[in-house]
Amino acid sequence: MNIIDLVSWACLMSGGILGIIAGIGLNRFPDFYTRMHAAGTIDTLVAALILIGLGFQAGLSLTLFKLLFIFVFIFFTSPTASHSLANAAVLGQLKPMLDKK
Amino acid sequence: MLIATTIAILVTIILALVRALLGPTVYDRIAAMNMLGTKIILLISVFAFLTGRHDLLDIALVYALVNFIGIVAVLKLIEQGNLYTDGEVVNKAEDR
Repeated sequence: MNIIDLVSWACLMSGGILGIIAGIGLNRFPDFYTRMHAAGTIDTLVAALILIGLGFQAGLSLTLFKLLFIFVFIFFTSPTASHSLANAAVLGQLKPMLDKK
Repeated sequence: MLIATTIAILVTIILALVRALLGPTVYDRIAAMNMLGTKIILLISVFAFLTGRHDLLDIALVYALVNFIGIVAVLKLIEQGNLYTDGEVVNKAEDR
């Protein structure tokens, strides 16, 4: 086992565990905006970790370039989709849940 | 180790599907489907490495493009009630 495999597996496993945490957060939070926070922020990190982990296994080849392309695209579109979704919810008169006094 | 990652992604997909089925508002369902689409892209990528067929990464790339366009189109449809006007909301009663 060399060091590149070790780094790759660490990235893949942390990505998988963070993904499960994002799924639990999507189910357990009480409000739409908090669920949006759990789903939208971790999503980009999980995609980055798993694609980087796969990129360590690919080596220098065309596969690495394709993975890099997918990574750049997700890195720009995932926050854009989250922002658009929250903006649509605000425009659709969905109120956030506030603290009950 | 790739199999463990595949199982973790599948568990995440099941959790997102539960939220998409239970979601009280339509925005919850869209958030869950957005997350589901990203996880399917990752699942295709990991599956490409699991089976050694690296051509599947092209399908993952096309899925990423289609997923983003789909989310934005559905949000536009919900926000203004149709897909053919630019920004303003046409009266829904005369629309039908």
